[in-house]
Amino acid sequence: MNTITIECLRYHPESDAEPRFQSWPVPFTDDMSVLQGLQYIKDHLDGSLTFRWSCRMAICGSCGAMVNGVPRLTCETFLRDLYPGPVRIEPLNHFPIVRDLAIDQADFLGKLQSVKPYIIPDAEPQGTYLQTPEQMERYYQYSKCINCLLCYAACPQYGLNDRFTGPAALALLHRYNADSRDAGKAERMEVVNTEDGVWGCTLVGYCSEVCPKGVDPARAVNQNKIESTKDYFFRFFRK
Amino acid sequence: MKRSNKPIFWSLFGAGGMLSALVGPALIYKTGFSSQALGYERALLLAQNGFGKLAILAVIGLFLFHGCHRLYHSLHDFGIHVGPGLKAAFHGFAAAGTLAAAVLLAHIS
Amino acid sequence: MKTYIRPMSGWWKRNPFYLWYMLREASCVFITAYALMLLWGLYRLQQSRIQYEEWRESLSSPLSFAFHAFALVLVVYHSWTWFKIMPKTLPRMPLPDGLVVVGGVAAVVACTTALMVLI
Repeated sequence: MNTITIECLRYHPESDAEPRFQSWPVPFTDDMSVLQGLQYIKDHLDGSLTFRWSCRMAICGSCGAMVNGVPRLTCETFLRDLYPGPVRIEPLNHFPIVRDLAIDQADFLGKLQSVKPYIIPDAEPQGTYLQTPEQMERYYQYSKCINCLLCYAACPQYGLNDRFTGPAALALLHRYNADSRDAGKAERMEVVNTEDGVWGCTLVGYCSEVCPKGVDPARAVNQNKIESTKDYFFRFFRK
Repeated sequence: MKRSNKPIFWSLFGAGGMLSALVGPALIYKTGFSSQALGYERALLLAQNGFGKLAILAVIGLFLFHGCHRLYHSLHDFGIHVGPGLKAAFHGFAAAGTLAAAVLLAHIS
Repeated sequence: MKTYIRPMSGWWKRNPFYLWYMLREASCVFITAYALMLLWGLYRLQQSRIQYEEWRESLSSPLSFAFHAFALVLVVYHSWTWFKIMPKTLPRMPLPDGLVVVGGVAAVVACTTALMVLI
């Protein structure tokens, strides 16, 4: 069995003025993920290490962290690919650290709520909604978002200005605007049109690179710059 | 929620970005590395022609709006806060340059 | 709740992806300066032939050569990135992304060829 050094950023608010790194040698097998490496540390070396996880299969979106400076889901990043190491694990960039690898998600949750991520029908639904495959294709990729926040950790604009609505919330906003069953676009455009809506984006494009589910937030945001521009110039012509 | 006026400046930024992406490389090559380019007679002829005037105005004006928009975003990227005053100064600079080009072109006949 | 917020200073050095982004954005310095240089040339053209020829003369100075060399590299990079991300910035198209990029690059080649012959 090989051993790899895992170097983890630690921060305990009750005793630390600022974060510090701590390293452990971790024995690993070829099938072990970074998350399992962290679990090994917690079970055998230091029970006080704090990190979030749940499903272990890239669907819950809880275990995101910076792995050697790149936002990753630790459950689907394998230690064998990082050998000989060391592996440097930090909490997701741009978020306040609560404790060790756990970040404060409150800001994102507020933003998620602000984009009304649910279908707003224009009338009381009468039976089943019908939707063609083409209509579904317009929003499908955006619906795969698992709110793991890797895109926020990839976005320097969010890091520089945390009022920016950010990639995942705007991608989900677009997911509902692009849905043929939805009639809530006008309400959501109010969020899109603000300085901290789509206009906080400078198309760095890293959000779409790091998404573990194949969502393309950069596309959603930038197509909504066009939507917002149309909304700006044509608002006078609409009744 | 307050609507941003970015659509105006982003459209100008986009038009300038598109124009500089299409003609920028060739123009820079010609003015920088080709001594035969832009002789007086040909340049004057271009500046006297209506379409020529429009082309010159578009290149100077849109390049300025494109550049100035990205410049103040870059200041933000470097952690320098750009307030509404400085933002207006950048756009005003681009507008002044465009106006100057228009006045000069109007004087060439 | 006490939390720790990490500083952003030097963020663009943390990842090569950000360095490429900053390089793309740096092209704007040269595009702005280039537009001002052309504006100056237009001013000289409007004055007289002698003044205009002086301006053209100044274009062959070492300083101008260095400026144009940097400008050319960065604007070519700007041009490439502009069309590389175009599938994301255009409204929804019934075309595959690759075709949009190829179309953009073909337009650059066409414009460059035309300008090389015309001016």
